[in-house]
Amino acid sequence: MIFYLLRRIVYTIPIMIGVAFFCFLLVHISPGDPLVSILPPDASIELQKQLMKLYGFDRPWFEQFATWFWRALHGDLGTSIASGRPVAAEVMRAVGNTLMLACMATLIGFLFGGLFGFVAGYFRDSWVDRIASALSVLGVSVPHYWLGMVLVIIFSSWLMWLPATGAGPGGSGEWAWDWAHIQFMLLPAITMSVIPMGIIARTVRALVADILAQEFVVGLRAKGLTDLGIFMHVVKNAAPTALAVMGLQLGYLLGGSILVETVFSWPGTGLLLNSAIFQRDLPLLQGTILVLATFFVVLNLLVDVLQTTLDPRIQRS
Amino acid sequence: MNTASRADSAPIVSVRDLRVTFNGGKKPVSAVNGVDLSVARGETVALIGESGSGKSVTLRSLLRLHPERRTRIEGRIEVAGEDVLALGSRALADYRGRVASMIFQEPLLALDPVYTVGQQIVESIRRHERISPAEARKRALELFERVRIPSPERRLDAYPHEMSGGMRQRAMIALALACRPQVLLADEPTTALDATVQIQILLLLRELQRELGLAIVFVTHDMGAAVEVADRFAVMYAGRIVEEGPTREVIRNPRHPYTLALMQARADGAMEKGARLASIPGAPPDLAQLPTGCAFAERCTFVQPACLQSRPEAVELGGGHRARCLRTDATAQAVAQSARATANTSILLTETA
Repeated sequence: MIFYLLRRIVYTIPIMIGVAFFCFLLVHISPGDPLVSILPPDASIELQKQLMKLYGFDRPWFEQFATWFWRALHGDLGTSIASGRPVAAEVMRAVGNTLMLACMATLIGFLFGGLFGFVAGYFRDSWVDRIASALSVLGVSVPHYWLGMVLVIIFSSWLMWLPATGAGPGGSGEWAWDWAHIQFMLLPAITMSVIPMGIIARTVRALVADILAQEFVVGLRAKGLTDLGIFMHVVKNAAPTALAVMGLQLGYLLGGSILVETVFSWPGTGLLLNSAIFQRDLPLLQGTILVLATFFVVLNLLVDVLQTTLDPRIQRS
Repeated sequence: MNTASRADSAPIVSVRDLRVTFNGGKKPVSAVNGVDLSVARGETVALIGESGSGKSVTLRSLLRLHPERRTRIEGRIEVAGEDVLALGSRALADYRGRVASMIFQEPLLALDPVYTVGQQIVESIRRHERISPAEARKRALELFERVRIPSPERRLDAYPHEMSGGMRQRAMIALALACRPQVLLADEPTTALDATVQIQILLLLRELQRELGLAIVFVTHDMGAAVEVADRFAVMYAGRIVEEGPTREVIRNPRHPYTLALMQARADGAMEKGARLASIPGAPPDLAQLPTGCAFAERCTFVQPACLQSRPEAVELGGGHRARCLRTDATAQAVAQSARATANTSILLTETA
């Protein structure tokens, strides 16, 4: 098992280098001047050149990449052009917020998606199944930023139950796990949970239906197990795949919450990316993407390892 | 053995006029059409027939394993004094595995892939008996020794996919015997195994049956395998038992043309190089619309107009041997003829002695 783990970790190294290379390249081939946001419109050519030299934008791109990557390995992602603060610190603070939100959303999505999926799979082709399936299709199809706005209108404007934006009573200050803070998280988390909920519900439904059709379920019945006993077997059989899907969804939520975070002004990586793009803040953009990609890779690794421990048929060699 | 003395009294399995109809598709399918079957304590009965003859459906009805909503079971099934068709869901679950248990054709599919074999046996024991996990595991170990699995302690912690085919079937047998059932139902237990392993499993079954005084209902399409273990043969066709009797008697003097045809269609034994393998022309009837007469009539070489009129009743031939056929005499003649021509049929009997 330790050997397997080590090998899997070694495998992620070339993946990470590739990811870093591509995110650097993508940002660089996109048009626009990175210094436009800090230079006054009437700046002289000399000042422009001086700043280009300061940030290293005048050197060939592969040299820039090498320097950037070497520093990144040491935990230095450069300085944000817009704010002048270290990118690493900015990103890590945002990552904390996003991670919190994504975990909450995945948890909600997994609980309800798993529940819908199980019920639908158990009572396949009944009215319960049709309702659960319709809900999950709805969840996958509804644009979530739109859903976010609708939720804000209902729960914040009309009912005034929950705050509309921000991450705490003091704006985006220190986070605490009390109701004053958690209530800010509910609407964005519910909004974000809708897609994973739909996907997990559909996956679990197909899994459960498939497992129930297998011969070993007849075998379990033949040895006298009751419905509850069989249910436990179905859960353990469905768990590896369901967890893998959940892990991937968590990965998507970590990187793909730009719209929802912007709608709710949630100070996470999505909002950070959004502002980095609009301000053409190259170091911040690269740093954020790199950190998100790292999370995705690490998460995939964790899912694989978890699956291996749950399903003995997956080879460890 | 004291099981022998009780064998003559009430049968442990008694099936009367069993009819099983599946309503899942467009037309209801009559898979079993009036099966009568008795199995005494310590007796092994082989249900023989080709695919779709209703042998497996009959067997699974004994545990009521068919999907409840889509299946209609009529008639009467009594196993060890329990009226199986009248059991409530809880009583049915208590009955399954404890009174009667089942061995499946393909243990790799019939065992849960994500639990070790040991866990599955322990689960079964603890489902029916109030006993500690450690004790249950000890029992599982004894069972593994009993079915002669080498290094049983280690194998208990193996997953089904980590075992060989023969080993898995032994584990399956151990699982089936975990709660000391009185009746063992075997659904083609050797079909998925290669020939050498088949013999080992058959010998094991016969040995366990004698030691534990089990009644076994053994479903197979392989006459050679059936001859190995069965005291009695019941040949099924289109959901009915067409011929039934002591193994030797049925093999030596088949009286139903279908039984005879089955025996002639065997590949092993007397095949000469270049000789054509005998086969039964035609196909089994559509179970969604059975003919009014004998179901085998359209494939039968001895068919007469009377065969198409109504379903033949059982003809008693003495010694518990009976056949549902109007032309038992014609079959008997054909058997006598072929016995004169060649001595080949005796090959079938090499193992019964």
